[in-house]
Amino acid sequence: MSIFVDENTRVVVQGLTGSQGRFHGLRNRAYGTKVVAGVTPGKGGQDVEGIPVYDTVEAAVAAEGADASFVVVPPRAAPDAILQAAAAGIRLIVCITEHIPAKDEAYVAALLRRDFGRTRLIGPNCPGVISPGKCNIGITSGDIALPGGPVGIVSRSGTLTYQALHELSQQGVGQTTCVGIGGDPVPGTTFVDVLQAFQADPETLAVMMIGEIGGDGEERAADYIKAEMTKPVVAYVAGVTAPEGRKMGHAGAIVSGSRGTAKAKIEALEAAGVIVAPNPTEAGELMVKVVESLDDGRAAASPRQ
Amino acid sequence: MDLYEYQGKQYFARFGVPTSSGEAADTVAEAVAAADRIGYPVVLKAQVQVGGRGKAGGVKLAANREEAELHAGNILGLDIKGHVTKRLWIEKATDIAREYYVSFTLDRAAKVYLCLVSARGGIDIEEVAATAPDSIARLHIDPLVGLDRAAAAAQVAAAELDEEAREEAADTLVALYRCFVEGDADLVEVNPLVLTTEGHVLALDAKVTLDDDAGFRHPEWTEFVDFGDVDVRERLAKEKGLNYIGLDGSVGIIANGAGLAMSTLDVVNQVGGSAANFLDIGGGANADVMANALEVINTDPKVRAILVNIFGGIVRCDEVARGILTALGRVALASPIVLRLDGTNAAEAHRIIEEAHSDSIVTELTMISAAKAAVEIAASAA
Repeated sequence: MSIFVDENTRVVVQGLTGSQGRFHGLRNRAYGTKVVAGVTPGKGGQDVEGIPVYDTVEAAVAAEGADASFVVVPPRAAPDAILQAAAAGIRLIVCITEHIPAKDEAYVAALLRRDFGRTRLIGPNCPGVISPGKCNIGITSGDIALPGGPVGIVSRSGTLTYQALHELSQQGVGQTTCVGIGGDPVPGTTFVDVLQAFQADPETLAVMMIGEIGGDGEERAADYIKAEMTKPVVAYVAGVTAPEGRKMGHAGAIVSGSRGTAKAKIEALEAAGVIVAPNPTEAGELMVKVVESLDDGRAAASPRQ
Repeated sequence: MDLYEYQGKQYFARFGVPTSSGEAADTVAEAVAAADRIGYPVVLKAQVQVGGRGKAGGVKLAANREEAELHAGNILGLDIKGHVTKRLWIEKATDIAREYYVSFTLDRAAKVYLCLVSARGGIDIEEVAATAPDSIARLHIDPLVGLDRAAAAAQVAAAELDEEAREEAADTLVALYRCFVEGDADLVEVNPLVLTTEGHVLALDAKVTLDDDAGFRHPEWTEFVDFGDVDVRERLAKEKGLNYIGLDGSVGIIANGAGLAMSTLDVVNQVGGSAANFLDIGGGANADVMANALEVINTDPKVRAILVNIFGGIVRCDEVARGILTALGRVALASPIVLRLDGTNAAEAHRIIEEAHSDSIVTELTMISAAKAAVEIAASAA
């Protein structure tokens, strides 16, 4: 099993007729994803290499049964695009758009919370979600992912997500799903959301988590792992030696206290029983060992189904 | 974009936040002329983006022209924690009865706005937060609801501001909230917000961080251009659209993606070296971007080796390799490159680099071996 997406997910690409939307939308289809429609206002009736384009998400849902959306539009258009998808009944929205103003993100998050409680937004400013061999929504290269599990990946960073996939695939360790949650101030989906989904997914047996400095998402993840998670977690947190940005004002420090630094995050994760690696390569190696020990334990306990 | 105090006060004024009137000055003569116009007594304040300027002698009261001239001469050029003062803000002196603290920011975890108000402003507010957290009133604000006058009044009452300050403080809170939301600020902080001896409320300081991503709807922000407090290379990098931060070490860093760049710094540090910079060239890595990045690093005399760390996902490693060779044709490098290319088509990329027989590129297969090689080269060249 995978989380959030699977081989039946039907994707509408909002912005399919743009250069980015076309490039990534067609790549996702070539990977095997069911890319069933595109949406560009005013271009309804056209097609992109056989993918029909509609004026609205509502029309794409009605005609093609789309249940997930891939938002690839400029930052000024992204908030409306996300809300239009939610209003059309889309359950999963993946938005890769960078540079959306923080106030717009907060407004979108508030509206989704109030009016569209069943819609999940991943991103903005994220690489997307891939369930290897089943579905790829976003900009992750499918070539570096390996189907079959048993590892779930959740990451805040783009290239480090790819690095994590690559490290595991090269060692022959597959992934159930890899979710890039993005590093923006108001992420639609948090570490805790993804960890909960991996904890509930019977095919995910271990989780690789890639964090970075800033915010307190990793600390909250540590709280969740300590309280609820029974599956092993290997983590890497980037930014131990990162330069401190010019610190303006005290509000951030009052809100988060010592939270936010790489050191605080690593300490919180270790205290929650997470195996923390000093770099992405060693995180991959440690995960390989974790998976080997799982295989041993599983072979001893019960045969693989 | 972080605003200087005087810019923050000018921004406040647009939203009706009360401040003390004043003028900016870059020379002693300008400062004295401004003080004469404003009328004594005045306060001269160093415009630097660092805390603790008062203790460093960057804020002085002048009762007359002679004192204004003396203080302006002392503060201009003053080094405050590495920030050299190039501009003064001169404003009418305020008779302070009480000092409060107010801020608006985003609570990332709760995905709503947060308003903090304390009756114990002026002093070290982080100390107050640590030792007496209950003396800071915290109010979550739903972006769909906003902050109205009644909620603002309740918040200043919850913070137990003095009775005589509450009316104007509530008005000020509403104005600051508008500045935060309509003004697209990531942070609005006033410390201190003061009650004057005449019973009025004024923002005596202003810390404003604007959300650069909202610049498209604020053409007026161009007036906040910096006046030279920025590192030369940071400026050069910004012009080329690169995300660069200068550091003190000897290993120049180029990586694609902020996370990978941070991770590269970590690994260089882990093997005993130190980075000369943080430089994220973004997800792609074509010849132009690479040449620009190498140009920026090449102007740094501290650099003894350049570590290029690229992970090819959609951008293929062979394209990156060709880009680097093209870039090398355009930039005469002062230090050798240690190159780590991994991901899609990495083997092909290594063949391309090998066949080029460039004596300024060393290739390594992993981040750690590349970091070790770069640190060794930097150490032997020092």
